[in-house]
Amino acid sequence: MVVLWTDALIFILIAALLVLAFYLRGKEHIKRPLQKIARSKVGMASLVVLLFFVLIGLLDSVHFKPVSTKSNEIISFLDYWATPLREHGEKTYSAPFATTLYSKEIMALADGTTEWGYPRLEFGGNYLNNPETQHLADVLQKTAYGFIQGAGLAGLLLLCYLGVRHKAQGTRQDLVLSTSLKSVLAVVFIIVSFSYTLIYLSTYYHVLGTDKVGEDVFYQAVKSIRTGLVLGTLTTLIMLPMAIVFGILAGFFRGWIDDVIQYIYTTLNSIPGVLLIAASILMVQVYMANHEQDFTSVIVRADMRLLFLCLILGVTNWTGLCRLLRAETLKLREMEYVQAAHALGVKQNIILLRHILPNVMHIVLISVVLDFSSLVLAEAVLSYINIGVDPTTYSWGNMINSARLEMAREPIVWWSLSAAFVFMFALVLAANLFADTVQDAFDPRRSAE
Amino acid sequence: MIHYIIRRFLYAFPLLMGVNILTFVLFFIVNSPDDMARMQLGQKHVTEQSVTNWKQQHGYDVPLLWNADAQGEQKITQTIFYQKSVGLFLFRFGVSDSGRNIGADIQERMWPSLALALPTLCVGLVVDISFALIMVLFRSSYLEQAGIVLCVILMSISSLFYIIGGQFFIAKLLRLVPISGYDDGWAAVKFLILPVLIGVFSGIGSGVRWYRTLFLEEVEKDYVRTARAKGLTETQTLFRHVLRNALIPILTGVVVILPLLFMGSLIMESFFSIPGLGSYTIDAINSQDFAIVRAMVFLGSVLYVIGLLLTDISYTLVDPRVRLS
Repeated sequence: MVVLWTDALIFILIAALLVLAFYLRGKEHIKRPLQKIARSKVGMASLVVLLFFVLIGLLDSVHFKPVSTKSNEIISFLDYWATPLREHGEKTYSAPFATTLYSKEIMALADGTTEWGYPRLEFGGNYLNNPETQHLADVLQKTAYGFIQGAGLAGLLLLCYLGVRHKAQGTRQDLVLSTSLKSVLAVVFIIVSFSYTLIYLSTYYHVLGTDKVGEDVFYQAVKSIRTGLVLGTLTTLIMLPMAIVFGILAGFFRGWIDDVIQYIYTTLNSIPGVLLIAASILMVQVYMANHEQDFTSVIVRADMRLLFLCLILGVTNWTGLCRLLRAETLKLREMEYVQAAHALGVKQNIILLRHILPNVMHIVLISVVLDFSSLVLAEAVLSYINIGVDPTTYSWGNMINSARLEMAREPIVWWSLSAAFVFMFALVLAANLFADTVQDAFDPRRSAE
Repeated sequence: MIHYIIRRFLYAFPLLMGVNILTFVLFFIVNSPDDMARMQLGQKHVTEQSVTNWKQQHGYDVPLLWNADAQGEQKITQTIFYQKSVGLFLFRFGVSDSGRNIGADIQERMWPSLALALPTLCVGLVVDISFALIMVLFRSSYLEQAGIVLCVILMSISSLFYIIGGQFFIAKLLRLVPISGYDDGWAAVKFLILPVLIGVFSGIGSGVRWYRTLFLEEVEKDYVRTARAKGLTETQTLFRHVLRNALIPILTGVVVILPLLFMGSLIMESFFSIPGLGSYTIDAINSQDFAIVRAMVFLGSVLYVIGLLLTDISYTLVDPRVRLS
């Protein structure tokens, strides 16, 4: 078991979320917006998609050193599970579901002569004797098998759930499902059966093709999920304490504290974000180059860089939230209940903790969910400018970056780009839709409607 | 008024000072010039002599803050801080690590950047505002619902895909415009159409949503109800009353980014190989030219501070309720 820095932070984050959930359990003012979210069809469906991504990300966050191999590599549960995908590399590009390479090569035949043609893949569909005639039928048959099995599995799961639910409700015989529950079940069904089909197919073919060095694109895209999630969540974890403490202090105490904090965030804000990130990443690069002995394994090095990127994004991103919190605190401190607490002689730090902090939390929550999707999108842009994650890290940004040149090839290699597009779009769309629901539920200005 | 502007202007000075110190710390204290020299010369097999030579060539061979060996005022002037950071205040950007004059480069490259950024901003504004107005006009109808869904979908696509997709379909498949490049004078137009289009398109999602909330907030207000009660039609209230009043936040939001248009857009310029400041910055980042990055950081913050100043002034000009104090 190897715990990388980002792994540790992710588990801390999850523990913190659980503690928070436990603490807030049963609180009436939290319950109402939560129920509102639970009633929203779109919100719940997108939440299910997000949770699915999180699950994959978590599987990919438990790292260990395999006992069997002698090499010094560190792999995660997901890698372990996807070992066939990881090890079945090809020589170079191959299209999705292909049985041959994408470009012609000179092949040595068994009788010693050479031929100019498309060589067979080492892995994709290698059990077919005569690919020209069997290929399509085989793909369709395997897809159908996979889908039937997946759908069966998903159906079984849903039936189990409904059965348990029916039992639990006991005497109340209503099997009528609310619309949001229906949409959740539908999404679960689609996700389970679809991903099962993909997993089933990927044991026979490269479902999304292979890239320039022959690596499976499906595997790359799935591995990138963790990078996106880590950036989206850890960055907020880093920026929240700064934003909350500074924002509330500035709004509550005003005077010189306010001036100093305002000065700090205006200064940071005035540097164009990308340039600040670029400057910091350049510095990290120099630092890492000069301290090579501290970063023994490639994955540790890449992980450090990911963590640094989160740190830097956190430092550049906290100003917006801080400003919002300051404005809200300025408003709150003039409220009657805060004045009353003052008059009753409640200590200032107690007022801050009891009366101010809980009442700005909805702003924090909304900005966290809103920032998430923009951070995932930002990663791609930053990786394109080479100031994002380490080039060896799997990320959608890196996939796009390397696929960019493939668009100029003739015939073009479209699958890397499309895979990155689909995965990223799914995650960001789900995050955006969920953010909208959360905003509707928690923003007092919106919920009035 | 003059008083106010002068005071705001003086407030800008400590801000820039802060930026300057921050970049100084980042570039010279976190990593010493020695580290930079090694990075530039290649990590391995670098002799002490070549490091010293590199530092001397680029003027990094003096102490950071205080030169104890020098005489009189040279104790301060013969330092990296004075030579590399203070000069930025007078827009003396110095020489890049590859030996070019940064100031001249910036002056030359600023115009292509502006030629791309200004049309993108203007067309984008018009398009976004008109779509937002249409959505508000047909509020709580299926048209608006569809519009919102479309906006969320457009927002969820990375700008990189817009660029790659646009280049592929419009430039490569349809061959309507050149894929990338730039030319002087009016010949540049045919190179700029595609990037401007893509820039506008990729901003539609978030832009329309933002302006829509602005308009919706305004539509709820009392004066709009009064206008309707007077018997004005919905379009009349929308264009005569709502749009005019919503223009105040829109205008001030635009003013703040106006100066930053000179900086250009990093990815747009590098994708379309437009020789502006954005691609200049990217090249500098890729070749790890610290002098240019430092200059651009400072230039960017100067422009931002100017933007803040302009916002304050424009507020007082367009909104008579705002009093200078």
